[in-house]
Amino acid sequence: MDALISQLQRQFRDYTISLYQQDFLDDQFTELKKLQDDGSPDFVAEVLSLFFEDCVKLISNMARALDQTTGAVDFSTVGASVHQLKGSSSSVGAKRVKALCVSFKDFCEAQNFEGCVRCLQQVDIEYKTLKTKLQDLFNLEKQIIQAGGIVPQVDIN
Amino acid sequence: MSKVEKKMSKQTKPKETKKKLNVLIVDDDAINRKLHARIINQIGGVSQTAENGEEAVILHRDGNASFDLILMDKEMPKRDGASATKKLRAMKVTSMIIGVTTLADNEEERAAFMEAGLNHCLAKPLSKENLLPLINHLLDAYNG
Repeated sequence: MDALISQLQRQFRDYTISLYQQDFLDDQFTELKKLQDDGSPDFVAEVLSLFFEDCVKLISNMARALDQTTGAVDFSTVGASVHQLKGSSSSVGAKRVKALCVSFKDFCEAQNFEGCVRCLQQVDIEYKTLKTKLQDLFNLEKQIIQAGGIVPQVDIN
Repeated sequence: MSKVEKKMSKQTKPKETKKKLNVLIVDDDAINRKLHARIINQIGGVSQTAENGEEAVILHRDGNASFDLILMDKEMPKRDGASATKKLRAMKVTSMIIGVTTLADNEEERAAFMEAGLNHCLAKPLSKENLLPLINHLLDAYNG
């Protein structure tokens, strides 16, 4: 059992580091983890749940605003949604999503329709990818705990 | 960094106080409300939230609200942070009000927000590290 726990802990450590190295996450995610303790054991999951709900809602708003079949493109609504998504992604440490929002905002301000559509597609892919990867991370945590181990603190720096 | 700033930046826990810090978190973003409430909780305070500046003003209308600290987001629908701060100060609210801005806000925008009646301004996302020194400064006033 000890060997299994050690293996799972190693996987968890390596996977966590890879998420930072590949820019899926940044220091703000580390700050989120610090806010989780015995008093609020599901804090990170709860915050991320709010973030992914935000992503669905805002991406839907942006898609509607970029729909040329309904009339002129509403860049103002797109811009407002991008601004919100940039804020949310910054708050949870979703580094790639935040970076995309910066480019997206520039395309909005330039009223570049093709650029906006491309960014929207990329944002959709990125948040879904992040969601899958974090789910894998949480599953590893669960496996460690179920095996009787402790989830290791991972030093990113 | 000055000696005072160095000393303040090393603070990792709130100073002991008989009084539990009572904080109002004003932010239209649910994630930020949750984050900031958790930070306040971890440093031993209690918090209430408002989704915009207008709700913050309404909370103070009957004169019974008594917050030690208000964390006021800058950009909000219905009533933004600057407008809410001006209104609260006009209503003689003496709570410490910390404005919460974004890194994208420039110096002029931050200065304009401060002019509304803030005690301090911090860029989000907030952390215990950047909030605690300001809160301990507030607790000094209670303990002193």
